[in-house]
Amino acid sequence: MKGKIVKLLALLMVASLFLAACGGGATEAPAPVEPAAPAEATEPAAPEATEAPAQPAAEEQTVVIGFTSSLTGSQENNSKRQVNGFDLWMNQVNEAGGVTLSDGTVVKFAAQTYDDESNAERVQELYTRLINEDNADFLISPYSSGLTAAASIVAEQNGKVMITTGAAEDDAYKTGNTGLFQLYTPGSLYMTSTVDMLKELDPAAKIALVYEADKFSTSVVNGIKPYLEANGFETVLEESYASDTADFGPIANKIAGSGATVLLGGGHYNDGTALARTLYDRKVGLKFAFLLVAPADNKFAELGDPAVGIAVSSQWELSATHTEEEAADLGVEWFGPSGQDFADAYEAAYGDAPTYHVAGGYAAGLILQKAIMDADSVDPEAVKAALNAMDLMTFYGGIKFDTSEEAHGLQLAHQMVVAQWQKNDAGELVRQIIAPAAVKTVDPLYPIPAP
Amino acid sequence: MQQFNLLLTSLPDGILLGFVYGVAAMGLTLIWGVMNVINLSHGPIIALGMFGTFILFINMGINPYIGLFLIAALGLLLGVLIYFVAVNRVINAPHLSSLLATFSVNMIIIGIGTAVFTTSPYNVDFNMGSFQLGSTIILGTRLIAALIAILFTGGLYLFLYRTRPGKFIRAVTNNRAAAELMGVPSTRILALSFGLGTMLAAVSGALIATFFPFSILSGSGYELKSFVIGVLGGLGNPIGALFGGLILGLLEGIVPAFLNTAWVPVIEFGLFVVILLIRPTGLFGAKR
Repeated sequence: MKGKIVKLLALLMVASLFLAACGGGATEAPAPVEPAAPAEATEPAAPEATEAPAQPAAEEQTVVIGFTSSLTGSQENNSKRQVNGFDLWMNQVNEAGGVTLSDGTVVKFAAQTYDDESNAERVQELYTRLINEDNADFLISPYSSGLTAAASIVAEQNGKVMITTGAAEDDAYKTGNTGLFQLYTPGSLYMTSTVDMLKELDPAAKIALVYEADKFSTSVVNGIKPYLEANGFETVLEESYASDTADFGPIANKIAGSGATVLLGGGHYNDGTALARTLYDRKVGLKFAFLLVAPADNKFAELGDPAVGIAVSSQWELSATHTEEEAADLGVEWFGPSGQDFADAYEAAYGDAPTYHVAGGYAAGLILQKAIMDADSVDPEAVKAALNAMDLMTFYGGIKFDTSEEAHGLQLAHQMVVAQWQKNDAGELVRQIIAPAAVKTVDPLYPIPAP
Repeated sequence: MQQFNLLLTSLPDGILLGFVYGVAAMGLTLIWGVMNVINLSHGPIIALGMFGTFILFINMGINPYIGLFLIAALGLLLGVLIYFVAVNRVINAPHLSSLLATFSVNMIIIGIGTAVFTTSPYNVDFNMGSFQLGSTIILGTRLIAALIAILFTGGLYLFLYRTRPGKFIRAVTNNRAAAELMGVPSTRILALSFGLGTMLAAVSGALIATFFPFSILSGSGYELKSFVIGVLGGLGNPIGALFGGLILGLLEGIVPAFLNTAWVPVIEFGLFVVILLIRPTGLFGAKR
């Protein structure tokens, strides 16, 4: 009996080895790319496709862009928006005929993507697969600094170019990487505009720093602490909380007990919404509350009154979008559609106004497209050189990468705005720009009205 | 002094929350006590209870506390269904089989829940007002949730000790073979027990949804808390679970007064290990 089982096991092992050998590249089916945006939606905002030189029989080449997205898990909400933005860019550029290089090659783009489940270990496994089995030519980062940090290690080990979006933390660019290029304003600068605004509004404000204990939020808070001190603000409470915290009652009590008048902190969508609701329910009585990420999402308005007065740093807002005129004034090159064209196309395709996460996803494709056009090649080294030399402006903002060895790839030119949820005349919640002063659409709501 | 004030402010909250944690844990510990099955689908059922409140209140406009009766009934039926589909056949098999069976149910519920609701957070915008008690604000939703939790605990106690099916459950818990010899229909009683366990999980989820945002993945955190509470109160001792819940709620109120909030899970699970090491039957004694 034992002998039979051993033989059976041996047979199974041989058969599985044989099947594995025959299978070759057969792998788990990748997650399908989102359906193409409606054709009419792409018309007004199609990114520039290079004009085809008069050469016969142009050769078509498909560039595979690999990335993971969080279809499930804690980062789902913003990650899906980022992917929608990227897909919009890809559909537009492909429908516009792709990018034509000087040798007549027409470059079109295809996405290879998997669900990372908001899990860093899965990110490393999947980026390895994207590089080694799917032969992705270029990479886009997943959403969130934590997942991007995991992906960046794999990308750099394999010498791949990775455009990072949805990832603001600074540290990943300070480890000697040469292939990472960041689109977001670095985390250490996330709150500077807010602090500048507070200095004008209430220099005696007492600050509570309450933030998610993750890479991104910690980097933002560590970045702002010296700036707060330099501007004479007193920090009366510093508290971090676990990412899966649901009960913010004890934290709200701590904030109230600390005598803080201004809250700076938060983390991502799930905890940010819970924290905002608790502050309101507990009548904590803050004059101003700034939370990271969550209030930048349109869904935040579903909170109702607890959303009123909550501010957020935003990488892009339509009401403060960057323009060709601004680029001309600064003397930098302009590239891509206008903010309005981008927003119209997105709304037509997805039925929702674009947030900065959408704009970041779109910009990732746009910047890669521009680098390929500048390099006149899809060779990774040539594209990398084009990215290093890039200094331009799109609707999303300025793009220029640090090329020093100390912080290669860190974003230098992009600037953020501060938005705040306020009620308009019709009593509807609207995200308004309150800082910097040059682009604000309304005055800050300060102090926030008591619940 | 500031810490003392903070303690006084946070304690009532912790106590109220502890009652709700207790109901969640009662469901887990009841199933373990009656049939020696660790129900790994407990967390997703808590999440389903949360979505029950969301659907009834947001989509159908039914008051969450009235909707609770429907959620409890559906939870009971779901539990009976899970028992006959996944648990009954492995009830006498080694523990690993029932663990895997309930884990499979866990994955199925999360999979369907993810497809239907995604993993985005949901929020039930339901307010029962609040009032000042000393230096703390008591939220109406938490106070009512705690009262309902106490009512359910009392109801469960009366059911187990004053009704015929309840007595059958206790008989099966004590000695299934002997109960069968006395004519107790053990399979039906086991199914009823599993149903009651899932009903309590669904009810706790429905109550939690009235004050915390949630997603289909939110149940896992409460499932882990239920394990800690179960061990504190003694696995298999449903009434002990309520006290275990109170202890956990108190910890969540006390710890942030003295330490960073991020230390709460460290202390909770540290306590879990310590209790397992020094008093594996729990503070209030396990079954039998």
